[in-house]
Amino acid sequence: MRFERRDHPSRVLTVLAPVGAIVAALLVSGLLIALAGANPIRAYGLILKGAFGSRLGLSEMLTRATPLILTGLAAAVAFRARLWNIGGEGQFYLGALGVTAFGMIPAVAAMPAGVVIPLSMAAGAVAGMILLLVPLGLRLKFGVDEVVTTLLLNFVAVLFVSLMIDGVMKDPLAFGWPQSVPVPDSAVLPKLMDRTRLHVGLLIAAAMAVVVWWLQSRTVFGIRARAAGLNPRAAAFAGVPLGTTLIAVACLSGGLAGLAGAIEVMGVKGYVTTDLSPNYGYSGIVIAMLANLNPIGVIGAALFSAIMFVGADSMSRALSIPSYIADVTVALSLLTMLVALFLAQYRIRR
Amino acid sequence: MNILADILTSVGMWEAVLRIATPLILGTLGVLLCERVGVLNLGIEGIMTFGAMLGWLAVYNGADLWTGMIVAALGGAAFGLLHALLTVPLGLSQHVTGLGITLFASSFSYYVFRLAVPTASSPPTIEPFRPLEIPVLSDIPFLGPVIFNQTAPTYLALVLVVAIAWGLNRTPLGLAIRMAGENPHAVDAQGIDPIWLRIGTIMAGSALMGLAGAFLTLAAFNSFFPTMVQGRGWICVALVVFASWKPARALLGALLFAFFDAFQLRLQTVVEGVPYQLFLMLPYLLSIVALIVMARRARVPQALMRPYRRGER
Repeated sequence: MRFERRDHPSRVLTVLAPVGAIVAALLVSGLLIALAGANPIRAYGLILKGAFGSRLGLSEMLTRATPLILTGLAAAVAFRARLWNIGGEGQFYLGALGVTAFGMIPAVAAMPAGVVIPLSMAAGAVAGMILLLVPLGLRLKFGVDEVVTTLLLNFVAVLFVSLMIDGVMKDPLAFGWPQSVPVPDSAVLPKLMDRTRLHVGLLIAAAMAVVVWWLQSRTVFGIRARAAGLNPRAAAFAGVPLGTTLIAVACLSGGLAGLAGAIEVMGVKGYVTTDLSPNYGYSGIVIAMLANLNPIGVIGAALFSAIMFVGADSMSRALSIPSYIADVTVALSLLTMLVALFLAQYRIRR
Repeated sequence: MNILADILTSVGMWEAVLRIATPLILGTLGVLLCERVGVLNLGIEGIMTFGAMLGWLAVYNGADLWTGMIVAALGGAAFGLLHALLTVPLGLSQHVTGLGITLFASSFSYYVFRLAVPTASSPPTIEPFRPLEIPVLSDIPFLGPVIFNQTAPTYLALVLVVAIAWGLNRTPLGLAIRMAGENPHAVDAQGIDPIWLRIGTIMAGSALMGLAGAFLTLAAFNSFFPTMVQGRGWICVALVVFASWKPARALLGALLFAFFDAFQLRLQTVVEGVPYQLFLMLPYLLSIVALIVMARRARVPQALMRPYRRGER
């Protein structure tokens, strides 16, 4: 048996790849659920019911999808240019910290919400950008591989958040709990549904997906970023300024991850803690791959992950299956997606 | 200054250096083997988590400590096989596959752990490896208690450094492994299948990563808890670059690193007014500095991250 490269990747298989990947991941996870002594069909039924069965469940699922869309986009834009930004988690935290720090500026309290909200988001995005520009700078200047540096900076970022919310940004009214001061009321995002946590961040995230799609498919920047990813030497030869293109990609990618953190604080939490993110940054990588780096596809992949995460919480209460099964399924879908894309590019010959 | 001298001359400090270095030595050797044969293995963080969980679970269920270590190594090798199948015959992106293995192996570990051990207020514990005093040698002043009063896995790690250095540089198999990382076509021309060689070597390297994880739960601590690996796997990936892909230098790097870690732990208790988070950041920042220093100087295996397909260049 051997693999033979197709002349053109199969269009049908490429489009079907995410579906196949998710089905395969669900089959393997189903086996794990069965081994734990529960009925997988019932478990998946309960997951769907948890995510769609009630107004609260649905709103929680969409609330969870919001940061995942943004971290998914962050990974997708970077990976497309072969910038291995694995630091979404750290950039998310710095974005959250950035928006809180901005809210602490005395002049902000006097501004109306219409000014505070966009400026706050920008502050979060800039904080995320800065954290990614450091490893990119190290790559461009010293040739340091950014995979490991962005991974290591995730830990530094969370410790930095811990340092800040233990010190100058600590909330004196939190009974000694390590949490930051809350953002001003004028920075809190309006709700989309009454008596739920769902906020307009969802619409902003979806709009960002469209913006990224437009940037990638309709602008010179998009073409350059893609060329830099496909073949940097050929791109440089064709006159693509590699350094500036990568810096722009890093600003977009880090900015999106930072924005995710900012929006999570402004829409859901109101303040920063060191457990703000249940691995949103890392899940973003899976989501980007599952979407085959397509910005619009990111929305779908983020919804799938959010359904798993929120649904598994309620399923786990009913069946005593650990809710970690959602993380297992999402991680598995990354691996199965890689195989599915491989099968779209190669055919098996005997 | 007196305090610094006290720390640097204390037996406890240097004993801790070797203890902290052990999982780093094992993990770095594991990454080194994979990369010398031409494959980046970012699965290490998850494989260490899995080894830590599996070894601990075996011992918790009545197995003896060495059985726990072996089980952890086998578990690591199993994930290594998965990584190898995806990256070697299929030639998938090694970055993304490795991250996928890390995410899968760690969430799978937490899932199994939660199933096997229902939530309790404090995590259940096992009886870990005790320091093994080597007769005569441990009586040497200073060096004796520092080097020869460690737990058995630490001795194993030190022996493995020598064994792997010798194996890579002085045996035909080692030559083939190094060649597969430089030019797999040459290996093929010698009649050795680089595909199988890579798969086997990645499994061996991943077994070491499993052992590195098991050291955490069976010797350094006595319980398992989520996120306990804390980026040690990523630090190992950085250390391999720092070591310029040489086992002896990997030992040196791990020791240097552990030295700073042990030193900052002791410094925390005597230096007042500096937030503890700054100390905790040091290991990660140091790894980045190590990468900057070595990035241009290190001699990267030429075929690293290049999948091999016969007849395709």
